[in-house]
Amino acid sequence: MTAAIAVDGLARAFGPVQAVDGVSFQVEPGEVFGLLGPNGAGKTTLIRLLAGVLLPTAGSARVLGLDPTREGPAVRQRCGVLTEMPAVYERLSARQNLWFAAEVFDVPVPEVTRRVDHLLGEFGLGERADEPVGGFSKGMKQRLAIARALVHNPEVLFLDEPTAGLDPVASRQVHDLVDTIREEGRTVVLCTHRLVEAEALCDRVGVLSRGRLAALGTVRELGERLLAASPVTLTFLEPPGEAVVRAIAGVRGVSIEGVLGRSIEIAAPEDESIAGAIQVAVATGGRLIAAGRREHTLEEVYFALQGDVT
Amino acid sequence: MNWRTVRAIAKKDLLEVRQNRIAIWSILGVSALFSVGIPLLIGLLPFDTGPSGGDLGPLEALTALMPAAHQDLPIGARIVVLMLGYFLAPLFLMIPLMVTAIVGAESFVGERERRTLEGLLYIPADDLDLYAGKVVAGAVPAILATALNFSAYAVVVNLVSAPLVGGFWFPTPTALVLAAWIGPAIALLGVSGSVLVSTRVETFLEANQLTGMLSMLIVAMVVGQGTGLLVLSLPVLLLFGIVIYAVDIVLVRLGAALFSRDRLMARA
Ligand SMILES: Nc1ncnc2c1ncn2[C@@H]1O[C@H](COP(=O)(O)OP(=O)(O)OP(=O)(O)O)[C@@H](O)[C@H]1O
Ligand SMILES: [Mg+2]
Repeated sequence: MTAAIAVDGLARAFGPVQAVDGVSFQVEPGEVFGLLGPNGAGKTTLIRLLAGVLLPTAGSARVLGLDPTREGPAVRQRCGVLTEMPAVYERLSARQNLWFAAEVFDVPVPEVTRRVDHLLGEFGLGERADEPVGGFSKGMKQRLAIARALVHNPEVLFLDEPTAGLDPVASRQVHDLVDTIREEGRTVVLCTHRLVEAEALCDRVGVLSRGRLAALGTVRELGERLLAASPVTLTFLEPPGEAVVRAIAGVRGVSIEGVLGRSIEIAAPEDESIAGAIQVAVATGGRLIAAGRREHTLEEVYFALQGDVT
Repeated sequence: MNWRTVRAIAKKDLLEVRQNRIAIWSILGVSALFSVGIPLLIGLLPFDTGPSGGDLGPLEALTALMPAAHQDLPIGARIVVLMLGYFLAPLFLMIPLMVTAIVGAESFVGERERRTLEGLLYIPADDLDLYAGKVVAGAVPAILATALNFSAYAVVVNLVSAPLVGGFWFPTPTALVLAAWIGPAIALLGVSGSVLVSTRVETFLEANQLTGMLSMLIVAMVVGQGTGLLVLSLPVLLLFGIVIYAVDIVLVRLGAALFSRDRLMARA
């Protein structure tokens, strides 16, 4: 299958500032792809380039096989974009906002009413559909903005910081929506500063830094590539005796990182040595109840990367 | 041209204007003043109906512009005809200018100020349709408002002056040309100017300076005519219209050529 999005050496400068600087990656159809990076890294600029509302200074991109620079209208017809600042018309009602979007995105005339009503219901806006949006809460405006981005049933959805400024409940609602959108088989590109959010929602992430792609992969891949294997914790029923600790320390490939109460934390890059450590621990009378390697969090990966590039 | 998009953008802009009380009340207020208030006031002034003919002094030259039937009217009646039919009629051109200024403010500059512009740029329409939508959104209501105001003015003028003039006499050919030929030209001038300017300037205020300049042109016409410097005869008006339409074409094409998402986005 061809990629939903293919970016090749894409770059955009604003005067002396290289906002996006030679970025290449691909997003597969149906994938939720996270774009991470500090403020000013170039995430928003990248989305604008992919939607053909900004022109690249170098490189090229394909979105659903189309070139956003030359075929902007066709690309935008099949993509939905949630902008960083939710751009709903505050003087219009939710219904009027969706109606406007349906018209300009050329939703077939007989379907407009049904489509608008369906989205109002699905996004929990039905009861206040005819009030001016200016009086809505931030969470409601954001839901309306996402509904608007979906009005023409796009195959690709760009979400630029969809939970910025939302409270935990509203954020959770947005996360649930993203899950639904993924289940509908759409491709999603999600820009976010919330690492936990990226970790929960994204199949793969790309980390931008000063316009360049600093890393690309699943959170697990990035962790393995960028960080030393994380420690393994052995937990005992009661604090382990001196003999147990000494026996474990003697296993090849294992070093003790610390002993704390009932647990021993060991560094053991190879799984083979963990098996060895567990064997001797039990053999020397340790009453082992649990052993596990903690996965790297995206946060650790992210900070390792920032350390790399700054 | 994608008319569905053009229509949707125009409709959306008007819905936004409708929610703007100040805009609506200024349009209604100025319209009522021009089309009803002023003609009513002038028509009700106690002009003497005296004998027919008589010399108008410095304004006598203007009598020649009037239809033959009016040239023999008493002085008072001729003054009313001149004021309502000739001097004030150019003020009508303020209506399309005002409407385009107010609707134009909701255009790119208004959308930028309210931070909705970026979202608008993500609609599929190509740059030209987006531009056309904004131009139509400004021009159509301005032309409609001119037509409505002109009709109201005609009714009021005829009602108040019929006894004096001896029947319904408005619109005169020049007034009709002014409204139907020059009016739309001015509307287009205001729209293309304000869209052109509003894609380049940052605030509503700057955008309105241009319309301010254009209204000076109209005031100059009114004053020019009043002082006899400028005689708005039919040929002059027709020619004047041709010149404005030519400028319109240049401005609309310039606006279209300069209009680009990339440029708007890079400034956003
Ligand atoms: N229109 C513009 N004109 C000039 N510079 C710009 C413009 N847009 C973006 N930039 C610059 O390009 C760089 C990337 O900006 P961009 O908005 O893409 O970053 P971002 O990753 O989205 O940041 P944030 O997390 O703050 O949203 C920044 O240095 C920014 O100042
Ligand atoms: Mg951004």
